[in-house]
Amino acid sequence: MLLTVEGLCVNYGRIEALRDISFEVPEGSVVTLVGANGAGKTTTLKTVSGLRGVRAGKVVFAGEDITHLPAHRRVERGVSQAPEGRGIFPGMTVRENLEMGAYVRKDRKTAAYREDTERVLTLFPRLQERIGQSAGTLSGGEQQMLAIGRGLMARPRLLLLDEPSMGLAPKLIQQIFSIVTEINQQGTTVLLVEQNAAQALKRADHAHIMETGEIVRSGTGAELAGDDAVKAAYLGGDI
Amino acid sequence: MSDTTTEQTGASHASRRSFRERVAGLPKPVKIVAWVLLAVLLYLLPIINPPILTTPDIDFGGVLLTVTLYVLVALGLNIVVGYAGLLDLGYVGFYAVGAYGVAVLTSQQASWPFLLALPVAVLAALVSGVILGAPTLRVRGDYLAIVTLGFGEIIRLIAVNSESLGAASGIPGVGTPPSIELFDVPKLVWDGGVASVNVDDTSTFLLFSVVDLIPYYWLTLTVVFLVIWADIRIKASRVGRAWEACREDEDAAELMGVPTFKFKLLAFAMGAFIGGLSGALYAGKQGFISPNSFLLLFSILFIAAVVVGGQGNRWGVIVGAVLVAYLPERFREFTEWRVLVFGIALMLLASFRPQGLLPPRRTVRARKLEERLGALQEGGDRRA
Repeated sequence: MLLTVEGLCVNYGRIEALRDISFEVPEGSVVTLVGANGAGKTTTLKTVSGLRGVRAGKVVFAGEDITHLPAHRRVERGVSQAPEGRGIFPGMTVRENLEMGAYVRKDRKTAAYREDTERVLTLFPRLQERIGQSAGTLSGGEQQMLAIGRGLMARPRLLLLDEPSMGLAPKLIQQIFSIVTEINQQGTTVLLVEQNAAQALKRADHAHIMETGEIVRSGTGAELAGDDAVKAAYLGGDI
Repeated sequence: MSDTTTEQTGASHASRRSFRERVAGLPKPVKIVAWVLLAVLLYLLPIINPPILTTPDIDFGGVLLTVTLYVLVALGLNIVVGYAGLLDLGYVGFYAVGAYGVAVLTSQQASWPFLLALPVAVLAALVSGVILGAPTLRVRGDYLAIVTLGFGEIIRLIAVNSESLGAASGIPGVGTPPSIELFDVPKLVWDGGVASVNVDDTSTFLLFSVVDLIPYYWLTLTVVFLVIWADIRIKASRVGRAWEACREDEDAAELMGVPTFKFKLLAFAMGAFIGGLSGALYAGKQGFISPNSFLLLFSILFIAAVVVGGQGNRWGVIVGAVLVAYLPERFREFTEWRVLVFGIALMLLASFRPQGLLPPRRTVRARKLEERLGALQEGGDRRA
């Protein structure tokens, strides 16, 4: 198991944001957490990446307990996150953002590094076009691509994606999700947090539905997508 | 139609960047010669006494020294505020630690030589930066500003209330740097655009005394050059990039694997080091220090220098420091209007040029990249 989350409890002050969350992410899979706004999806992701401390529970990555490891040390171990919304460095150029993504890598002068840059720019041709532009001037979709591409530059074993479809046009959403699948097929395990349940369930090997800080249902993506209760609650209004 | 528009924007773009490009495009030997000439000119400034620049009411050498001390402070504060994005409103505290360090160690009780006291005092400032930073850098933004504001005042109040630090009356008899009297440099006097050498008014190289501040100016200017050199090296390194990332988005920087806390602390420590250096040199020049030299007002002036000049750009903050320190001395007859004029100037700046007079330009690498892209495009156009 690449990632195991066990009995995770997180508080914001006295408010319980997460209550006893447990799930697993097998190597090579796409796992998704879906749920409404405020269900605790992003908080879960932040505890995995290390931006948020836990009250109780464990985060185990590749057999190592990383619960109390600071975020920057987790990156070295292969956990990389594309943060929610505009998590890019607006004043830096696209290329500099990608370079920041590879900050922990010691091989920045080698062919492997150049190959990875190539790979990201092939995945996202728009980034190639905008390579010398400052990232703040990119459109929302381009910024999202940059955030994902930057996350890949660390050569992660586990890529955490926080709402990659947020605020994007439907056509672009399709594109982002197929890229997520492509990234996974190239060998990166993906933990995906989404409000767009229909798309996320379609792409995921395993899915968990969150409600007010708890996981209320788990199963394969297809199972949950076919489940009537899930349909009623999350897919009803979806086009 | 659309073609002409592109051409026009292209042309205006080129002319806007032309000065910078022309400077950047000069061959290296020319650049070095230009830098050396500029440095020599700066060293000779108090000797030349240029008619318009010189301060009629007050010793020009002393004014230049004050200006360079401000430049030094601004360079240090720029690392904290401009590079790492940490708003420090108590920077005068580090300046005070440096000054008091030298004063305590070189005055009657200890009587260390100045050159021995200086590194110890500066080190003390650095340590105080770490001590202040370690617990407070966990808070962000406005909270950090308030905490640092308190720190500056605490340092001053400790000085006011400690008998061993001379309490409110301060410490007299601060040691001076060692003098080596090598030769006399006569100054120029100007009479309606004609310069003549005044043999009676000379500066001795290097005699540090209360009557002649020019040797102190030379010393401080040398320190400024060293700090600029170090600043250039650090900004261009991985450390500089990590600071930039912290400033733009701390969480994202952490997610890239940047140990943000460590780098913020480093910025704080380096800023404190440079601030302490400036304070130590100030104490040596002044010969006596008191808590009144370290009022909150100075923290504000230091911040003003950085913001006016353009935080994040070392040349900008140097310009800012020169303006903030020099103008009030040059126009002393308006001294009573000084704060009013300063306030109006700041308001105008805030509304018309909030990024400062000389905002930071894009990093060299990014610019080169753009040029390369531009060249590629041109090549493509030609082919088409």
